[in-house]
Amino acid sequence: MAYDKDLLGSIAATRLGLGARGDEIAQASADPEGWLLTQVNPGGADLFRTDMPSVPERLAEYRQIGLARRQAQMGAATETQAPAPDVVQEVRRLIRENAGQDILSRLQLAAATNAPFRERWALFWANHFTVSGVKGITANLIGPFEQEAIRPHVFGRFEDLLVASSSHPAMLLYLDQAQSIGPGSPAATRAGRNGRRVGLNENLAREILELHTVGVEAGYSQADVTEFARAMTGWSIGTEREGADQEGRFVFRDNAHEPGARVIMGRRYADGGYDQARAVMHDLAASPHTAHHLALKIARHFVADDPPPSLTARLAGAYMDSQGNLAVLARSLITAPETWAPLPAKFKTPYEFMVSSWRAAGTSPGEIARVAPVMASMGMRTFAAPSPKGWPDDTASWAAPDGIIKRMAWSETFSTQAVGERDPLTLAQNALGARLTPLAAKTISRAETRAEGLSILLMSPEFQRR
Amino acid sequence: MTNIPLGFGTPSRRQVFARSLALGITLEFAGTQVFADPLAAKRKLVVIICRGGQDGLSVSPPVGDSAYAALRGPIAIPGCGETGGALKLDETFGLHPALAATHALALKGEARIAPAIATPDRERSHFEAQDVLENGGTVAYGAASGWLNRALTAMNTRSGGPNSGVKAISVAATAPLILRGPVETASWSPGGGAEPDHRLPGILQDLYANDPVLGPALATGLATQGMAKEASAMVQSEMAAAPSEPDVMNGASPAPQAPRQGAADARKLGLTLAAFMTAPDGKQVAAVSVENFDTHANQGSSQGQLATRLAYLDAFIDGLHTGLGPAWADTVVVTATEFGRTARVNGTRGTDHGTASTALVLGGGLSRGGIIGDWPTLAPASLFENRDTAPTLDMRGLFKGVLRDHLGVDRAALDSLVFPESSRIAPLSRITA
Repeated sequence: MAYDKDLLGSIAATRLGLGARGDEIAQASADPEGWLLTQVNPGGADLFRTDMPSVPERLAEYRQIGLARRQAQMGAATETQAPAPDVVQEVRRLIRENAGQDILSRLQLAAATNAPFRERWALFWANHFTVSGVKGITANLIGPFEQEAIRPHVFGRFEDLLVASSSHPAMLLYLDQAQSIGPGSPAATRAGRNGRRVGLNENLAREILELHTVGVEAGYSQADVTEFARAMTGWSIGTEREGADQEGRFVFRDNAHEPGARVIMGRRYADGGYDQARAVMHDLAASPHTAHHLALKIARHFVADDPPPSLTARLAGAYMDSQGNLAVLARSLITAPETWAPLPAKFKTPYEFMVSSWRAAGTSPGEIARVAPVMASMGMRTFAAPSPKGWPDDTASWAAPDGIIKRMAWSETFSTQAVGERDPLTLAQNALGARLTPLAAKTISRAETRAEGLSILLMSPEFQRR
Repeated sequence: MTNIPLGFGTPSRRQVFARSLALGITLEFAGTQVFADPLAAKRKLVVIICRGGQDGLSVSPPVGDSAYAALRGPIAIPGCGETGGALKLDETFGLHPALAATHALALKGEARIAPAIATPDRERSHFEAQDVLENGGTVAYGAASGWLNRALTAMNTRSGGPNSGVKAISVAATAPLILRGPVETASWSPGGGAEPDHRLPGILQDLYANDPVLGPALATGLATQGMAKEASAMVQSEMAAAPSEPDVMNGASPAPQAPRQGAADARKLGLTLAAFMTAPDGKQVAAVSVENFDTHANQGSSQGQLATRLAYLDAFIDGLHTGLGPAWADTVVVTATEFGRTARVNGTRGTDHGTASTALVLGGGLSRGGIIGDWPTLAPASLFENRDTAPTLDMRGLFKGVLRDHLGVDRAALDSLVFPESSRIAPLSRITA
């Protein structure tokens, strides 16, 4: 690496971290690669809450309200009255208290952490395995999902991460797997006798193939999707009937599993109950298509919208050589020369922008009710990605006129509250190090007020990029 | 319009252009001529993308198709005249009961359906199919620009050079693919904004002077912000004048609080977009996204999850129609989705990714007629791959017809620039009168 250490330190903190906090660039500059490598923790990413209610507890709360809502609707049907407004209020309260606290804790971790690469890596995988709160019931399960299924595994084996995600109640609900029943299973036969129609739902199986593992370029067919969906039948969530120790947790329900062998992407999988879909996941995780799909996505996220093919190839090679070891993959990214290109090619998402702003100002978000609407106005409603594909991270998606106006409006408000007695030029030098351009530095130093100076820093081209 | 022979009636801009070419008049001259045509400059197009795979069989339920009720089971929309039944269009089709405002327009000949329309994509993947719908090609990720942006290129080349003339806006904080491309467009969404008397915008314009991304984005954003202020003032007076709460559910039992609030917001959004489009020097072309149509489970029938989303769409259309006022006569609105859903209800009272769906075509200047395209029926032998509504109409044909007859984009540009390698897909005739 021919570039000077100060520049590399600022790249480490901004491109691979979450934006510099305090004297982070100075610390990183001593040994930029080493500073990042020590953040790779095979034990997993940090948890943002230690006091988080469990999935069964949160599902139980939700069911209580569902019960109340049904009663209200029955009342409405007979008395032609609208449901009691407090039912809606209750759901809103639940989401505000649970998901709201989860989001706030996650943002506070990002704003304060001394291991920002570790956190960015975790956020990448959380977005890769998106569970979105757009379905009411899932909003409250995203926090537990991330803490239980994602964060412990982000420096472990990809296969473990895939299985943990695919068997977590949040994902099973979000992509409708929990209710998928093999048409030839005993459960379907019994339901048929009772006049109920039940059957296959291919949503999760499809997204595992398309988004989580091999990607569309692997060339699988509709038949492969359906076969995989059949193999996955039985992966569900325990109910009240199955006992308190199972309720709200992952269960494999044998009587909902479609009997028989399956053929998926040319491979035959003997019937083996839970092990059948598990074996498919093993092969998906080992596929070179998965290696390439993940490598390209990582290179795009961390380095450039259109990353150098050599970087993608390097990452895919590290994945295959290590049999999907994500710590090895992270180290490969850190040590790749392409990662350290001097010009910042990535435009920050609203989440990255706000987190890096708190870090630059040395503050932390205090109230979710103030933060959530701002992020939504910038086009990124936290925990509510528009689809299972998660949030985009390319320039074209975020550098839209309205998005820039919203960033500018928030910068002004935020800077007024956050700047205090500090000199904005010093803040800029700490936040950007060698990446601060003379033009931005001059503009900041000419600001009329400290708050204006901080606003200019936050809106400067080099701060908006990483 | 397309069938008027040269020399008779009021020529369309396209015909003016064709004639000027025949006479050897330069593009610039033609541009001036065309741009001076007051009618042409008033023409408006709104494309509403319904994301998630909108269930065409619920948007325009073919309640008269003998296979419909059995395929749909608990999620079938009841027949016209029944409780919660479809709103009648003809002997076969109705509209979903949540689409009351759309239905009122249909009764006046100002809304029509294309009930078996699809993109060229057959992969049933949301992201691939949305990409194809927006990029205007035949394969996903085949282009970095959207067809509506390239249509602007075609229109602007004709009317005097790139980035002049026709203006477009997306209603979103970020630009959707359909409007991304070489022609700069605006984006706008409700909520906060910079005060014009602040210093920061001016400082940043200087700081962004050499930034190819942030410079143009900020300039456009500030211009749009100014326009939004005027639009908002208009909407305030509009809302004050309108009846208290539009009866979007058409007498259906009261919807829960949240959806009704959503519909009121949607109507306001429609009114605001209309204000953008009717302002002096306003936007002629707009793209809007409506999301959450991916109804794999518990999609509901006359009421429920999908009905709530359709009520939102209907309220948006209602707001747009109301806000446009007399300009509605010069406007075409098209809704499109990436794919339809399975003809059969699935095991979780929802539907899975399918193929053909329904497009709505609305506007004050539509030609009269029944459904757009053919109805393949839902008979077992007619289903595509034994699961989906079979596509009988390529979506590009509809878009091409609207761009040609309504906005005067010529066929050569449509076949190559706007929808690459699509010469075998003919523009649909007689959508607009």
